[in-house]
Amino acid sequence: MASTDMVRLEDLHAGRSPLSGRKHVLSILVENRPGVLARVAGLFSRRGFNIDTLAVGPTEDPDISRITLTLDGAVHPIDQVTKQLHKLVNVLKIRDMEPEETVAREMALFKVSAAVENRAEIVQFAEIFRAKIVDVSRRALIVEVTGSHDKIEAFESMLRPHGLLEMVRTGEVALARGGD
Amino acid sequence: MRAADALFKSLEVEGVDHIFGIPGGANLPTYDALVDADLRHVQARHEQAAGHAAEGYAHASGKVGVAFGTSGPGATNLVTAIADAMMDSVPTVFITGQVRTDLIGTDGFQEADIVGITMPIVKHSLLVTEPEHIPEYIHEAFHIASTGRPGPVLVDVPQDLAKAEIDYAPRTEPVDLSGYKPTVEGNLKQIRLAAKAMANARRPIIYTGGGVRNGNASAELRELCDTDDFPVTSTLMGLGCFPADSDQWLGMLGMHGTRAANYAMDEADLIIAIGARFDDRITGKLSEFAPSAKFIHIDIDPAEISKNVPAHIPIVGDVKLVLPKLTREYQALQTDSSRLDGWWSRIKAWQGEYPLTYEPGTDGEIKPQFMVEMMHKVTGGEAIITSDVGQHQMWAAQYYGFNQPRKWINSGGLGTMGFGLPAAIGAKVARPDEQVVCIAGDGSLIMNIQELATAVNEEVPVKVFLMNNGFMGMVRQWQELFWSERYSGVENGPSPDWVKLSEAFGAGGLRCEDSADLEEMMVATLEHDGPALLDVRVSPRENCYPMIPAGNAARDMVG
Repeated sequence: MASTDMVRLEDLHAGRSPLSGRKHVLSILVENRPGVLARVAGLFSRRGFNIDTLAVGPTEDPDISRITLTLDGAVHPIDQVTKQLHKLVNVLKIRDMEPEETVAREMALFKVSAAVENRAEIVQFAEIFRAKIVDVSRRALIVEVTGSHDKIEAFESMLRPHGLLEMVRTGEVALARGGD
Repeated sequence: MRAADALFKSLEVEGVDHIFGIPGGANLPTYDALVDADLRHVQARHEQAAGHAAEGYAHASGKVGVAFGTSGPGATNLVTAIADAMMDSVPTVFITGQVRTDLIGTDGFQEADIVGITMPIVKHSLLVTEPEHIPEYIHEAFHIASTGRPGPVLVDVPQDLAKAEIDYAPRTEPVDLSGYKPTVEGNLKQIRLAAKAMANARRPIIYTGGGVRNGNASAELRELCDTDDFPVTSTLMGLGCFPADSDQWLGMLGMHGTRAANYAMDEADLIIAIGARFDDRITGKLSEFAPSAKFIHIDIDPAEISKNVPAHIPIVGDVKLVLPKLTREYQALQTDSSRLDGWWSRIKAWQGEYPLTYEPGTDGEIKPQFMVEMMHKVTGGEAIITSDVGQHQMWAAQYYGFNQPRKWINSGGLGTMGFGLPAAIGAKVARPDEQVVCIAGDGSLIMNIQELATAVNEEVPVKVFLMNNGFMGMVRQWQELFWSERYSGVENGPSPDWVKLSEAFGAGGLRCEDSADLEEMMVATLEHDGPALLDVRVSPRENCYPMIPAGNAARDMVG
């Protein structure tokens, strides 16, 4: 009987809360086959999970693609999301990227209305943010910027007062730091 | 070899000897190859029914059920059966014809994107793009459908590719998919922890589900339950895996479960969930479900664990492999079952106070519960019972008393009316030597009544015991109890004449309106040479009790 006393029911705990409360970047390796993105996206909509950003592209292996998506761990149980994703036969590997051990980048293009008098200021902002002017016309500039999600948000807020005509942002892409 | 012929060769390698389906334009090559194939094709009258027949076949045999349909409407008619197989984890492979590859995407005649349509309701699906892939895809489909948590796999085969010539050699190697590796063994440390928790529990209950049947683990479950005086309950899908005539059996739990089972869950200190998924029909109001319990959750699908109810001891694995280990670990602890005496006296008090019961009929009135008890009597409790969905399904689950697994075949998760008759045909094809009886409701049966033609033409002697109350009974019951008796769309009226209808199909037909005649007429129906239907006129407004009103807690059971 002695050994059974080691597990008291009061001492059992159900693990951590399903909601982490922070943004998660999931890096998902999938087979490069038709319809795989539809399966992943469909799973999210069916289970009521909301994707914040999404980026899909090839990897070093032509048979494998990488889907990088971000979602809000304050409203979605990430554990349940990854377990459901694992059930898709075409999904090979899922990594919930740890923020401290991850390099994550996003790119954006901003078309800003740039009258002669405020052009210099925009160029100055661009320099500070290490952005590039990639198109110039009489009334507008297109600025390209790469960086973390927060940096792009900050840059956008600087440009907005000048008259943001159009913008486009990629989803975040991410790799784990180190050699593994 | 023609790809369509290779398809059948591959099915033969998988051990398929029965398929259910209907031909059409896009699967003409497959049906041409069928002429020379060494298996039996059961020609259904509607693809939905072919799908349910494949499910019934899978339920009864434990093998993969196979259904064929053509493109477009043939494929969309299969959708309900595919969704049903997904919800109840039924190992099935659906093979659809697709329009020619040059027509795909052009809205060609009978074109439907069935892979796209079914994506959320399949375990996996494969669209054939190269004819050489057909044998490989068939083997992948069977592997995925039948392993891990079973489910439906769709293979969509364009017509021109099925006609193409390919090099075929029978596959000898097992399927190996890098993205699909079910965990089956179960973590031994967790199993040990579970055994110790069980040994320390004062108010434990074993709660089993369809996973025990799918995992063919009925014997292993019984061995575990023999180690101590654990009370046992089951979901609708797991009935029969533990014998209903055991003293440890509390009856089904959930919305129409017994009070003893639901109250025991409510007061338990430890719930051992085995191949069950804490569906809303079981938990009722989730925030008030089993408030004092810790949970051991054993399931082959990791996504089920902590999905609805957080598990304290999760064990991912195949129940057939996990349960013997748990039994061994538990036995090693040498527990004293007298610690459960207090728990049992509480349970016995509930059983004594709230048995499953009903007011007996008078003046020949046939009570639905009495009808189920009579079914048990005339079949010796040994028949395979398939069911439609509604009150009759719940009464059958409550009163038949299943003692063996794979004897109770019904649509639990999706709740598909019209499931019973085609499922009975599939079950009878799988188990020709067993008595197969479909208990049907008059609302459900008509949804797939055309399958009487299949039963007659294919000489599949299934019996239909129709619990005819003239209503969509369960909906009527809800309108009576929860919608202020504002009845809406629930009266079925006098049509059809079921006896004449059966006879028109070439099946036997009898009608019973007096309880004194019921036994004799049931026996006559069972003894009829060929398919037969017995139209039993039961009390029209009987309600199915007890019940937990939707969204309430077990404590709030009524009736």
